[in-house]
Amino acid sequence: MTTLLRVETLTKRFGGFTALSDVNLNVAKGERLGLIGPNGSGKTTLINCISGVVQIDQGAIAFENKDISTLAAYKRAKKGIARTFQIPRPFHSMSVIENLMVPLEYIVHGLVDVSNRNAVHAEASELLHRMRLSDRTNAPAGQLSQVELRKLELARAVAARPRLLVCDEAMAGLATKEVHEILDILMELNASGITIIMVEHILQAVMRFSQRIVCLTAGRIISDGAPADVMANPEVRRAYLGS
Amino acid sequence: MRNNSTSFWAFALALPILGFVLPKVGLNEYYFYVAYVVLQYVVLATAWNILGGYAGYVNFGTGAFFGLGAYTALVAMKAFGAPLFVQIAAAAIVGALLGIGAGLLTLRLKGIFFSIATIAAAIVIETFILNWRFVGGASGMQVIRPEVPLGFETYTRLLFFVMTILTVLAIIVARYIEKSWVGRGLHALRDAESAAECSGVPTLRLKLLACAISGALMAAAGAPFPLYTSFIEPHSTFSLNYSVMALSMAVVGGMSRWWGPVLGAILIASTQQLAASASPELHLLVVGLLMVLFVIVAPDGLVGLVQWARKMVGPGRKEVELARGSERA
Amino acid sequence: MSIDLLLEGLIFGVFVGCFYAAVSIGLSIAFGLLDVPHIAHASFLVLAAYMTFLLGSYGIDPLLAGLIILIPFFALGAVVYRFYYEAFEKRGTDAGVRGIAFFFGIAFIVQVILSLVFGLDQRSVAASYIGSSLGLGEMRIPWRLIVALLVAVGLVLALNLYLSRTFQGRAMRAVAQDPWALKAIGANPVMTKQWAFGLATAATAIGGALLIIVSPVEPSLDRVYIGRTFCVVVLAGLGSMSGTLIAGIMLGVIESLVLTAFGASWAPAVAFGLLLLVLGLRPQGLFGR
Repeated sequence: MTTLLRVETLTKRFGGFTALSDVNLNVAKGERLGLIGPNGSGKTTLINCISGVVQIDQGAIAFENKDISTLAAYKRAKKGIARTFQIPRPFHSMSVIENLMVPLEYIVHGLVDVSNRNAVHAEASELLHRMRLSDRTNAPAGQLSQVELRKLELARAVAARPRLLVCDEAMAGLATKEVHEILDILMELNASGITIIMVEHILQAVMRFSQRIVCLTAGRIISDGAPADVMANPEVRRAYLGS
Repeated sequence: MRNNSTSFWAFALALPILGFVLPKVGLNEYYFYVAYVVLQYVVLATAWNILGGYAGYVNFGTGAFFGLGAYTALVAMKAFGAPLFVQIAAAAIVGALLGIGAGLLTLRLKGIFFSIATIAAAIVIETFILNWRFVGGASGMQVIRPEVPLGFETYTRLLFFVMTILTVLAIIVARYIEKSWVGRGLHALRDAESAAECSGVPTLRLKLLACAISGALMAAAGAPFPLYTSFIEPHSTFSLNYSVMALSMAVVGGMSRWWGPVLGAILIASTQQLAASASPELHLLVVGLLMVLFVIVAPDGLVGLVQWARKMVGPGRKEVELARGSERA
Repeated sequence: MSIDLLLEGLIFGVFVGCFYAAVSIGLSIAFGLLDVPHIAHASFLVLAAYMTFLLGSYGIDPLLAGLIILIPFFALGAVVYRFYYEAFEKRGTDAGVRGIAFFFGIAFIVQVILSLVFGLDQRSVAASYIGSSLGLGEMRIPWRLIVALLVAVGLVLALNLYLSRTFQGRAMRAVAQDPWALKAIGANPVMTKQWAFGLATAATAIGGALLIIVSPVEPSLDRVYIGRTFCVVVLAGLGSMSGTLIAGIMLGVIESLVLTAFGASWAPAVAFGLLLLVLGLRPQGLFGR
């Protein structure tokens, strides 16, 4: 299998605090990877490093065999890395569909091409349909419910037509039925060829979703393998499950 | 939508034509004297809003950009004998550079630091001018005006015409930004900067672009000022009042649409001219109170009130249409 | 520049610098600790100076007046913060632009009201320690600056103790960084911030009394002090009390040296130029967290 993302000896410090130390991670094309670990273990920091929201101190990140370690976040987005945020960050002054227009304009269709505005609109509508968000197309993003916000967050990321999608707790705070809905969407996205890294606290969801699980504790990877193996690892059980 | 667009361009064409014709058919000089100031504020408020309203960065240094524009024009005139339109172009370039400078220094930080930096820039530049003898230093200097070009009777009449052009230019730029990818990107980064960045928006570059455009327009608005007053002096030219005015006009008019600051500027600047003989201080107080009131009670300004009223009047229309209409209008 | 002049400039700088620290300490709390974009701080300072002037016209000593207005200013601060919280912080989204515009508007209103009520002329107060000076060998140090230094050091020490030793003080330091942790130990973040903002405004009242002791005031004086106070607070690193004292002294000394070397007309640019430099080079300040 071809490697899509390669993280090598990555270290990230905030002041005197080491958030990530010597992290190595390969993600294969088409893979569904679950990233788990207790609070403060560095999951979100790792995502921030991959998406370019924070700059790394040491190590290297390569995407499709090209080094992206020092690229700005918007350039990584253009290269095909999309992400969602743990706390949804909609463009709240815009309508739902306008939210999608941002990545569609800035990444997919280019900036000056206004002539195919209708085509772009159609693509956004189609995407909202896939996300089961059609009925809220013109609603202001500031007025969405929790689950709708989660869907919008996902839709906006997918609108960038990414090859790698990184979801930071896309299901936190949702009811069981809603969790399943989001999981179904993620599965569909993966089936359409998008590689997905999922950070999640809901273990059931991670287990159902992931082909492989990586467990972080205190900024280090302590286990990496098939879901059942990782869960059986005593170190993981001690660090994560508290047993 | 087409109707709206047509009437906009008709207006954009009509204003400079009126600006050219009206001063030539007589009319009291005073009207042009006042209208010039009102239009000048339309440009300042519109320029302010490009950065403040669309991108969410509060510029307290409107006076700095305005004054820098005025003094750039003065230097261009005094040192090189440059004609007016060259003065304006030079002022716009210098204003853009100041905008980029202030932006580079602070745009990576939180918004408030940009605001403070613009106050700082205003004082630092003013201090330099105060100590620069060539432009008259603290006591200011008389501007020697060449003969009025283009067959206008007085400078006031000519500059009124010039200001109509600048006004239309500023509005066209603001309207374009609002409707294009630039405005969408600015709104996105104002709402959620890191999410915008991860959606492919080059946030820093876009902010610098907004700084440059906004600064250039403000400085251009200041460029005709030396010829208009025929006397220039740093204290009133760099006055904090310009900052308060531009900010309050945008806040009162509404920051989300291009016509908000235009409306606010016309309202506040014309009442200011009316109050000038009675009590300018009291007018300033009212402006300050209005600003605080609007910011709390009607955060979307007159634009918000108008949109709300439209919704109340026409409940028959479907929500989709409304959204479309407000998007394109 | 002779050595004597340099030395004199240096000493004056230290005194003036302590005064700068005293007028900045309120902002150090409001902006540095609480993260409130308090653009109106300098206007409150000038307002307090005018209140001191007003009480002075009844023969009340300016320092005593500073203590008297402490309580109404505490209330003013608490009310203003409450207002700011209800109107902006609570709504969360987009508080940035409008919050800043709110404080800018308040600053402007204060300035205009002061000029409407008191006129544009400079105002000053009388006291035994204003006008006379202490001879120290060759140089004479005005008593008003000595008073300013003593009050400044006292204020910084008292606030430092308060912030580190009392429960309420520690809560204030925590509130901006981690309101959730604050809730966990049983303190109300909003009440804590309201109390802290009141305290900051009370400290500003004393600063205002010092302001009119040190120099005559006029309504538009707030503009210069926006630069000086923000310069001190940013230079100090947000929220550091003893940092504020050191940063104030640094600004005072640099300003005084520039004054000696280039003349008074360059003085206003010093604080602002320094502020721009700090923002560009080291925005976390010299003693920042």
